[in-house]
Amino acid sequence: MSMGMVYALLGAVLSTALAGIGSAWGVGMAGQAAAGVTAEDPDQFAKVLILQLLPGTQGIYGLLVTFITLSRIGILGGKAITDTNTGLMYLLACLPIAIVGLISAYHQGKTAVASIGIVAKKPDQFGKAMLFPAMVETYAILALLISILVISNIH
Amino acid sequence: MGENYIFAVARIRVLEKSLLTDADIIQMSGMKDEDSVISYLLDKGWGDENSGRDPIRILATESEKVNTLIRNLGVGQDVMDVLSYPMVFHNLKSAIKDIGTPGESEGLYYDVPKYTGKYFADILKDRKFSELPDSMKKPAEEALDQILEHHDGQKSDVIIDKACLDLMEKVSKKTKYPILKDYLERTVAVTDIKIAVRGARTGKTFDFIKKALAPCKTLDIDYLAKAASESDDALTTYLSEHGMNDAAEALKNSITSFEKWCDDSIIESIRYQKTNPFTIGPVIAYYLGRENEISTVRVLLTAKHNDFPEEAIKERARRMYG
Repeated sequence: MSMGMVYALLGAVLSTALAGIGSAWGVGMAGQAAAGVTAEDPDQFAKVLILQLLPGTQGIYGLLVTFITLSRIGILGGKAITDTNTGLMYLLACLPIAIVGLISAYHQGKTAVASIGIVAKKPDQFGKAMLFPAMVETYAILALLISILVISNIH
Repeated sequence: MGENYIFAVARIRVLEKSLLTDADIIQMSGMKDEDSVISYLLDKGWGDENSGRDPIRILATESEKVNTLIRNLGVGQDVMDVLSYPMVFHNLKSAIKDIGTPGESEGLYYDVPKYTGKYFADILKDRKFSELPDSMKKPAEEALDQILEHHDGQKSDVIIDKACLDLMEKVSKKTKYPILKDYLERTVAVTDIKIAVRGARTGKTFDFIKKALAPCKTLDIDYLAKAASESDDALTTYLSEHGMNDAAEALKNSITSFEKWCDDSIIESIRYQKTNPFTIGPVIAYYLGRENEISTVRVLLTAKHNDFPEEAIKERARRMYG
C-alpha cells in the first residue's frame, strides 16, 4: 500500500471517528436531560427526543464523507491512489468535517440540554427551543460542504 | 463539565413548574379561611392520601417529599449536611435548654439524621463534649455552663447561634459549589444584620452584639456592632451606606417587613440558578426554594387559623423561588 493510500484512509477514518465521537458526546448529554424530563413528564418524550437527536447529524456527515472518500480512492470504487500528494489532499479534505463535527456536536449537545430545559418548563415553546441547537448545525453543514467540494475536485 | 447533574437538573426543571408562585401566595392570603387554603394546596398536589386535610401532616409530607427527591437525585451527603446546619444547631440549642431548665416546656426538635434531640441530650447529660463534632465541642460546653451556672438562656442561645454562623462562614470559604458559597455567605450576612437589629431594639451593649456576630465578607462586624449599640437610626444609616437600602427601608417600615427582607434576600441570592443547566446549583436552589415555600405556607396556615387580616398575612409572605 502506498503512503498516499495511507493518508487518504487516515482522512476517511478521522472523518467518521471524530465526528462520531462528537455526536456520541452530544447525544449522550442531551439524552441525560431528555431522560430527566421524561421521568417527570412522559408527555414530552417526542419533543425531547427530537432535541436529543440534533447533535447526532455530525456523525452522519462524517460517515458520508468517509463513503465518498472510499468510493474515490479504490476501496469502494475509483482508482487506487499511488502518489503521496493526492493522499495528503484527501486527508486535508476530510479534516473540516472531522474537526468541526467533533466540536460542533459537543456544543450542540450542550445547547440541546439547555433547550430541553426550556421544553421542560414551557412545552409550548418547543419551536423556539429547537432553533438554538439548530443554529450550531450551520457550521457542521459548512464543514461538510467544504469537505465534499474538495474531495470532488481532487483528480 | 458537570454532566453528572444533567439528568437531575432536567427533572428539577419539570418540578419547578409546580412550585408555588408569588401570585399563588397572594391568592391564598385572600382566601376566607384555613380550609380554603388547604383545598387550594391539595389541588396543587400537596400532601398525600395519608395526610388528608391535616395541615401539620401536609407540611410534613411535603418536607419528606423534597428530602426524598434530593436524596434520589444523588446530591452528596456533604451538601445535605451543610443544608441541615441550622436544624442541627437548633436541636443542640433545644437540648441545652431542656437540660438547663428541666421541668419547663420540652423543646421542639427537627427530624435530622444522627443529630437528633436524643443524640445531644445523651451527650450533654454526661458532659461528653468530646463526642460532638469539632465545631460544637467548645460552644456546647460554654452554652451549657452559661445556662446552668448563670441561668442566662439568651447568652446560651447566642453562643450556639454564633457557632452555627462561624461554621457556615468557614464552609462558604471551602466549598466547591458556587451556590453553597453564595447561600452561606448571604445567610451569615443576613443573620448578622438580624442579630444587630435585635441588639439595637433591646439596647444591648457593643460587646454583647460584637460577640454574637460572625465575621463575613459582606459586612464589617465592628462597624455593624457599633451602629447597633448606638441606635436604630445609626443602624439604618449603616445599612443604607453599605448598599442595603432595601434592608434599611424595610427596617424603617416594620420589623415584619425587615424579617421578610431577610428571607427574600436569601432566595434572591440563589435565583440565578434557574438558568444554569450543568451544575448541581439548580437542585440545591430547588431544595432551598421548597423549604422557603413550606415555611411560608406554614405561616400562612397559622395566620388563617388565627384569623389574621389579609394585609398582615401579605406582609409576612416571603417571595417564592417559583
